Amino acid sequence: MSEHIDSNTMKYKLISLYQQNLQQINEGLPERMNKYRDQAIREFDKQGIPIKGEEKYKYTDLMHAFGRTYGYIFKAPNITVDSKTIFQCAVPDLDTHTLILENGWYDALNNQHAELPEEVVACSIREAAVKYTDLFEKHYNQQVLEHPESVAAFNTAFAQDGMFLYIPDGFVMEKPIQIINLLRGSNPLLVNQRNLILAGKNSQAKVIVCDHTLSQQNFLSNTVTEIFVDEHAVFDFYNIQNQHNQSSQLSSLYIQQMQHSNTLTNTLTLHGGFVRNNVFVKLAEEHAEANVFGLALVDNKQHVDNFTFIDHAVPNCQSNEMYKNILDDEATGAFNGRILVRPDAQKTLAFQSNKNICLTPTARFFTKPQLEIYADDVKCSHGATIGQIDEDALFYLQSRGIGGREARMMLMYAFAYEVIRNIRVPVLTERYGELVEKRLRGELSRCEGCFVHCN
Amino acid sequence: MNEQDKILSEVTQSDYKYGFVSSFESESIPKGLNEDVIRIISAKKNEPEWMLEFRLNAYRNWLKMTMPTWAHLKIPEINYQDIIYYSAPKQSAKYDSLDEVDPELLETFNKLGIPLDEQKVLAGVAVDAVLDSVSVKTTFRDVLAEKGIIFCSFSEAVQEHPDLVRKYMGSVVPSSDNYFAALNSAVFSDGSFCYIPKGVRCPMELSTYFRINAANTGQFERTLIVAEDDSYVSYLEGCTAPMRDENQLHAAIVEIVAMNNAEVKYSTVQNWYPGDKNGKGGIYNFVTKRGLCQGKGSKISWSQVETGSAVTWKYPSTILLGDNSVSEFYSVAVTNHHQQADTGTKMIHIGKNTKSTIVSKGISAGKSNNSYRGLVKVSKRAEGARNFSQCDSLLLGDKCGAHTFPYIECENNTAILEHEATTSKIGEDQIFYCNQRGISTEDAIGMIVNGYAKEVLNTLPMEFAVEAQKLLQITLEGSVG
Repeated sequence: MSEHIDSNTMKYKLISLYQQNLQQINEGLPERMNKYRDQAIREFDKQGIPIKGEEKYKYTDLMHAFGRTYGYIFKAPNITVDSKTIFQCAVPDLDTHTLILENGWYDALNNQHAELPEEVVACSIREAAVKYTDLFEKHYNQQVLEHPESVAAFNTAFAQDGMFLYIPDGFVMEKPIQIINLLRGSNPLLVNQRNLILAGKNSQAKVIVCDHTLSQQNFLSNTVTEIFVDEHAVFDFYNIQNQHNQSSQLSSLYIQQMQHSNTLTNTLTLHGGFVRNNVFVKLAEEHAEANVFGLALVDNKQHVDNFTFIDHAVPNCQSNEMYKNILDDEATGAFNGRILVRPDAQKTLAFQSNKNICLTPTARFFTKPQLEIYADDVKCSHGATIGQIDEDALFYLQSRGIGGREARMMLMYAFAYEVIRNIRVPVLTERYGELVEKRLRGELSRCEGCFVHCN
Repeated sequence: MNEQDKILSEVTQSDYKYGFVSSFESESIPKGLNEDVIRIISAKKNEPEWMLEFRLNAYRNWLKMTMPTWAHLKIPEINYQDIIYYSAPKQSAKYDSLDEVDPELLETFNKLGIPLDEQKVLAGVAVDAVLDSVSVKTTFRDVLAEKGIIFCSFSEAVQEHPDLVRKYMGSVVPSSDNYFAALNSAVFSDGSFCYIPKGVRCPMELSTYFRINAANTGQFERTLIVAEDDSYVSYLEGCTAPMRDENQLHAAIVEIVAMNNAEVKYSTVQNWYPGDKNGKGGIYNFVTKRGLCQGKGSKISWSQVETGSAVTWKYPSTILLGDNSVSEFYSVAVTNHHQQADTGTKMIHIGKNTKSTIVSKGISAGKSNNSYRGLVKVSKRAEGARNFSQCDSLLLGDKCGAHTFPYIECENNTAILEHEATTSKIGEDQIFYCNQRGISTEDAIGMIVNGYAKEVLNTLPMEFAVEAQKLLQITLEGSVG
């Protein structure tokens, strides 16, 4: 088992992997994408693999993710399989434009059926780097550079493909866009997926991202998504994480908002062995509003860590944040929510709440809400709780003839529902609710929809 | 410039009220820190061999450590070789009555508003006055001695009660605990020792005034409080320090041990020189305070009013080891000008059915930064632990910062932990409400700030509550009533 390698040795191994394959990584990609790689790998070298004890990774040791042996695909695969034959979405009856990625590579074959409106651009980031040079140049890697993060830098150094999405000014998407990334292969795999999403002025769009593992290998998916939301745009980003328990998932989401824009992000973690989600939201112009929500239901020995950083850079912005976790068995969870109100960002409203339930004596939870405020005319609050199901409420339900198990389920569902109800796609709210209920009842197998039936 | 800005600018122009230097002679050793200096300190205090060993061990540990950088503070580099580690007023003989005490020393206390003789009579408070490093005067010893309570300076305790000191010193804060604790353990000059025997309820509030005097002298006191089964003691500590241009280092240790059903109440009012309005000078206050609820049903409560120091790094903590033990932490921290404070608490739940309450109120003005940093940890076997934390911040002015860094670590599912934090400024509607009832804006802000801090001030003993209110007012001078 290679888990005992120390983080420095692993770091140098990865850097030398980069150096050996640089030519292949760069191949077919324009300079405007490749120029960031060297700087990124230097950043990765400087910061190393974050290990437990570092302030930002206080409760999460990334050597759990990086300390294993993975394979890499540096050459674009030739996808010939119809995705429908290998995968069926766990969220049925959802009327969406579906886009498929396989191991982080854009699946051009299957995506021709997505039936996207003509105005919307959806293509691989490789293609965008060549075709949409201005947009790409202006936005690619800009937000990542603002927050030098080890895992994001690692992604920048290695990233070769991912999703590019552009909603033009004034365009209102009627149906949500669903981006599905399938992880499959006969060997363990490290996937660096890189997405760039641009929502133009006055545009409206909803994106649902699902990650699925289709084979029982160790996967490490290190995804970076940069989203730029222009003036008056309304943008929703739903992330459903449902991978098997040997997989590791590192997700870094960067959002920059211009004036009067409104975003909603919702991260639902149903399954995943080791999950770390970083969310960076920058409210760069006035009257922007960010809603950041998350729900994680974890059991066994899973680990979920949600890190959020909301940057109130200008006055008159609002952020609402709510993260909830239900931990079962020997699961561990962590939440780190940082809110920064910069000098002169007056009239800021920033609210944060983190509530957690530990179901068993062996489940553990760590939370670290954090407010940094440099302006006086602001209203900011955070709240954090860790507890169990309210015995009084349970008794109340039981006294009305509802069985103990069912009553407990109802209360857990009600606890989770506070996050679910904020979803702005009615049908998705319903589906989310069903998924959560199935998950709570232990009925949702981690590979639902997978035809491999490996477990 | 609106009314509030005007008041705030007045605040930033107010000077430190207690800035003066008493020029009585003091006996110092040369600057610098090495094993010889530690031996000199130990020899000067006529300490037994084990004490010297303790100091040297701590010093060797300290050499291996580096100064912590995780706090939200900007601290200029400290040259530890540029500090005098021992300073004692020259006339250190014992006195029988106040008449024999150096008149200038008494005058110093008078300026501070703590006339020893008056306090003896009026307040009924026994004062163990530590001026710089050596205990000069201890009052009410006789009354306490009747009940078997030991209340004396630390050096005296080392001489007269070596067994007790040896048993408990370093048991709560080991000498290798952190950088500043190691430094203190190596060079501590004096402090207070308090021992409450079994079943005794201390009849009066015990209090000590610490004061940094001779220029360039770091003050390294050490306080040890031991409360045996079923005992009770309320201990007060208050500080003011004279104005000085160079930064002065202060690294103290407070250790509290509470046995079965014992209760210790520890109150602090800290008003050391915070530096002038340009951020020049001021005290660096790096304090390690920790209590151990060793016995069942024991209770330790911390109340603190922090208004002084240029830099404060202080986390009074409690280890809730005994079953059913309880701890409380009440804090008001005010920062103004360029002051920086990173303060809070740690509640470590280990025993069953332990409870802790944290109420922290931060007030920032001027260009200061005020952070709350707190840890609530529930260990695996701490069944039925309960915590409630509340930390509020009040901002006066748009150049200051208020931050909260709570850490909550839960390893037991029967725990119920709650944390809430808010940040706000004084509402214009609140001021308007007061104005229309004939209260001036200045008085209104004073009322609101005092009301905001009341929950904490109420936990202070009466004598202190008055002083604390005064300190709040002086710190926010001009804006507060």
